[in-house]
Amino acid sequence: MTVPLSQIAHTRSGDKGDTSNIGVIVYDQRDYPLLVRELTAERVKAFFGDMVRGRVERFELPNLGALNFLLHEALGGGGTVSLRVDAQGKTLGAALLRMQISND
Amino acid sequence: MLRIANGQGFWGDWLEAPVRLIEQGPIDYLTLDYLAEVTMSILQKQRQADPSLGYARDFPLLIARISKSMLERNIRVIANAGGVNPIACAQAVRKLAPDLKIAIVLGDDVLTRIDGFLAKGYPLANLDTGAPISTIRDRILSANAYTGAFPLADALATGAHIVLAGRAADPALTLGPLIHEFHWTETDWDKLAAGSVAGHIIECSTQTTGGNCQVDWQNLPDLANIGYPIVEAEPDGTFVVTKHPGTGGRVHSDIVKEQLLYELGDPKNFIAPDCTADFTTIHLEDVAPDRVRVFGIRGRERPANLKLSISYANGWKSIGTLVYSWPQALEKAKVAEQIVRTRIKGLHFDEIHTEFFGVNACHGPVAPPVDPPEVQLRIGVRSADRKAVERFTRELIPLVLSGPPGATGYGDGRPPVREIVAYWPALIPRDEIKSSIEVLE
Repeated sequence: MTVPLSQIAHTRSGDKGDTSNIGVIVYDQRDYPLLVRELTAERVKAFFGDMVRGRVERFELPNLGALNFLLHEALGGGGTVSLRVDAQGKTLGAALLRMQISND
Repeated sequence: MLRIANGQGFWGDWLEAPVRLIEQGPIDYLTLDYLAEVTMSILQKQRQADPSLGYARDFPLLIARISKSMLERNIRVIANAGGVNPIACAQAVRKLAPDLKIAIVLGDDVLTRIDGFLAKGYPLANLDTGAPISTIRDRILSANAYTGAFPLADALATGAHIVLAGRAADPALTLGPLIHEFHWTETDWDKLAAGSVAGHIIECSTQTTGGNCQVDWQNLPDLANIGYPIVEAEPDGTFVVTKHPGTGGRVHSDIVKEQLLYELGDPKNFIAPDCTADFTTIHLEDVAPDRVRVFGIRGRERPANLKLSISYANGWKSIGTLVYSWPQALEKAKVAEQIVRTRIKGLHFDEIHTEFFGVNACHGPVAPPVDPPEVQLRIGVRSADRKAVERFTRELIPLVLSGPPGATGYGDGRPPVREIVAYWPALIPRDEIKSSIEVLE
């Protein structure tokens, strides 16, 4: 079955220059293997499409039931350079919650 | 056990918070974090205009409000409010709170040393892009090293009521008093890592007590009275994250996790000035309501280099908006956008960026299609040519009369042109940065 990521995880996102970071955290530690399986760097890169010009890196924090993503060249130049309303990528974590994942 | 609180997560945070932290329960140290990546450059410009400025001006006014209770309750303050002019900041505090002893940590400002660094062969290349610094050398506005916690601890050892720094790294504000009180040494890597993690957890103030939190946000109690974070730290490096009883918000492991992940890079290599912390070793336990115990943190050797925060002038920008209403709100906004783009054709811009606020401004291509009752057209441009940006600012409002029907929201007139001050992170060998301490009695 396919469910939105929001059903199993919550997120917080922020910035370092033109890189957005998205922390994704499972509500229930038992869903962590599912998160690791479904939320690959490639799928996150594809999900954001044109918004992310650079590569996407993924890091695992099993101790927190969390994944950390770095989305490079994702903030229109970042900080004061960016012309976006969300120049710091504060809302990108929420955007990711729409992603459909398989929970089979 | 030592109680360290954070009362400001950035310059612009709630000014009542530090006062409440002091009045609503016991704390030993109050940290105040004022600096973001580009704050130093803004302060540098203020100092250029007036040599007595260049620091967080909220800070002396705040100290005036809390100086009496600081003395009564034996609470000491550690802040990076000094910006690019910590001495002027200390003097301003002095005038308003003459009873307080202030220790100023100096040595982070390297603006006048850039050419010397280049002569020694340090490339100062952009840490993110690898670009050579020659591309911006003549446009540099400020340059500061992110300094660590040991100079802050030395400053506390003078007995000062206030330790005032320039670009001290955010987590160092918390680690400094831990080193001072618990006599941690420069190679106590696990403890230094634990103190840096404690600092990371509280440096964005209420982001760890329920602010900007997705978990159960509708039911977080009394956000109008949200409690600011406190760590109760032990000499062994373990600590409890909490807030004063009776305040709003919530401290829970889910929320602390969100903050641990905030602005994080590689979790195994969280590089602070004083150590490298491994975030995959952090363990959290909800030991009581609003109390999260943090333990197990491992650290490794500190980095050979310190990070520099360099800012430089990078052209001009302007962002203009118009609102279009239903029906066909989005279609109208798109036609208006094309008219503006046609009228500024031929001018040089580094970027022209359009967002349809209410449709896709936050989430871009991820946002699902909608038929919105209203849309704000938001066009931004940036350019090294100020005249091109100025021309752009004149092209939106005429469309109220000459573009698609139903335009409004032009009441603020033409949008302002703003100078872009951009951020350039770089590395410098740590031996080049020598901190010193000056005391105002």
